[in-house]
Amino acid sequence: MARVEERIDVGFGPSPAAEVASRPRGDLARLPWISFFIIAVLIVVAVLAPLVAPHSPTEQSLPDKLTPPAWQEGGSTKHLLGTDILGRDVLSRLIYGARVSLIVAAAALLAGGGVGLMVGIVSGYLGGRVDSFLMRVVDATLTFPTILIALLLAVSLGQGLQTIAIAITVLIWARFARVVRGEVLAVKTRDFVALARVHGCSHLRIMAIHIVPNVLNTFMVLLTLHIGFVIIVEASLSFLGAGIPPPTPSWGQMVADGRSHIASAWWLAVVPGAAIMLVVLAFNLFGDWLRDWLDPRLRQV
Amino acid sequence: MQRFILRRFLQSVLLLFVLALVIFGLARVSGNPADLLLREDATQEDRAHLMRALGLDRPVHEQLYIFLAGALRGNLGDSIRYRRPATELFFERLPNTLRLLPLAMVGALAIAIPLGVLAAVYRGTIIDRVSGAVAVLGLATPSFWLGIVLIYIFSIKLGVLPSSRMGGPSHYVLPAITLGVFLVAGMMRLVRSSLLEVMGSEFVKLARLKGLSQTVVIWKHCLRNALIPVTTLFGVYFALLITGAIVTETVFAWPGVGRLTYEAVIFRDYPLLQAVILLKGIIVLGVNLGVDILYAYLDPRVRYA
Repeated sequence: MARVEERIDVGFGPSPAAEVASRPRGDLARLPWISFFIIAVLIVVAVLAPLVAPHSPTEQSLPDKLTPPAWQEGGSTKHLLGTDILGRDVLSRLIYGARVSLIVAAAALLAGGGVGLMVGIVSGYLGGRVDSFLMRVVDATLTFPTILIALLLAVSLGQGLQTIAIAITVLIWARFARVVRGEVLAVKTRDFVALARVHGCSHLRIMAIHIVPNVLNTFMVLLTLHIGFVIIVEASLSFLGAGIPPPTPSWGQMVADGRSHIASAWWLAVVPGAAIMLVVLAFNLFGDWLRDWLDPRLRQV
Repeated sequence: MQRFILRRFLQSVLLLFVLALVIFGLARVSGNPADLLLREDATQEDRAHLMRALGLDRPVHEQLYIFLAGALRGNLGDSIRYRRPATELFFERLPNTLRLLPLAMVGALAIAIPLGVLAAVYRGTIIDRVSGAVAVLGLATPSFWLGIVLIYIFSIKLGVLPSSRMGGPSHYVLPAITLGVFLVAGMMRLVRSSLLEVMGSEFVKLARLKGLSQTVVIWKHCLRNALIPVTTLFGVYFALLITGAIVTETVFAWPGVGRLTYEAVIFRDYPLLQAVILLKGIIVLGVNLGVDILYAYLDPRVRYA
């Protein structure tokens, strides 16, 4: 709540505040192909999980337990990335876990982004007291360690997709609201808004029909930039036992399970964690590119 | 100045009140809070007894009053698992966390400042790109995983550092790194962008015209000013460390308040969790208030904003 609004870049979440000159506007030729490829594979694999996965993610097979990955001594091609303590195939769990990550990310972003979008538009468009009140709330939310509230939600509401979506909404709505509000402040001074008003449009109609389409680019970029952040938050909540409950495989929970076997079976914790890192990296780079392409001004966000 | 302090103080108190309301409310939206507070093997009598003790048979506004009055007296209920007052547990563990946080903070600054300065000075070169890549990678690494990988490499494979619990100085190395990496990426970018801004200002041109060397200009004249935004964010960094400590302390079995939070979640110890969250909230708000007041004292522009 110090006056640091324009500068909140605390290393948690997207926001590289570089200057436009050092990297020119992104275009299709500069598309980060590797990121794009990783994201495409992730989505295909997640959608087609039952067809792609070599085994069931929950089927136990105790004789095969703790088989190392195929390239290690004692590994077999039957289980490319080895098996866990219950003999479940790590690769298959990873594939089904991708589904969970994407579903949670999508649900949470739609909920959190949606709330942020609405608050931002109302706050920016109406201005005055409503605006200063809402921005106070945004400030407060941004300073407060909201992940604590997320943990509290998980315990009091019970684990599940809904709880996580609500928890992540609490975490991200304020970031969306602040940026969208800034955009709206610029858009609402344009002539077409005044013209619509003269024509007798209601405020509600102006916000919905005239303002929303003009902040949509910004909104899309924000969504993309937050995918990685949301995936990490979901994985952290799962790691802490407050995410999607077992036996549904999720990456964070796989790392948590593998932690106690790190000395004897390193792959159990290392593989899913590496997957999280790779995917988050891909989404962040993709988001950076999309921002440069659609909305370079957001660099300072 | 007094007005500024008073206003910020009242804001913090208001925020704390909202937090208490959220905690109070969440225990009630999910059904009867008595069920959250009781052990699983509790009998109907226990339940009825607790409900009477907590005043759950009374109207909601009276319940709220009882909760707040208890909280003000430092009574936040007993932990289910430890069967002891939750506040007592919290303050027992707090020193262990407070020993870890400064190390992580100093370590993060020690890496982030030089990297940020190099990136800004050699802007657009390979050095800038490499430090940019470090930042991007740092943002994508889940810290719970980093901790485990560090344990695997340094404790299990190389056997040079202890993997868990508290002890001598060597016990602090891995947890501090894990916790600090969390901050490095953001700090570095901030140092870089604010240094670039300062380097373009008039007084820097003057310093160069006077014939000062590049080293003196950058490290003495520019960096001092470039670090101002970093110090303003101290409160934010502190909040991030307090939450980051939950995961780090869990990975390293560090007996601090982060680990206590994890235990409260895992064992569904609701009274402990609500106490931990309220107390952490007080600490974070307190630190933020302190930073803001200090900042207003140092920079008069803030006071009148």
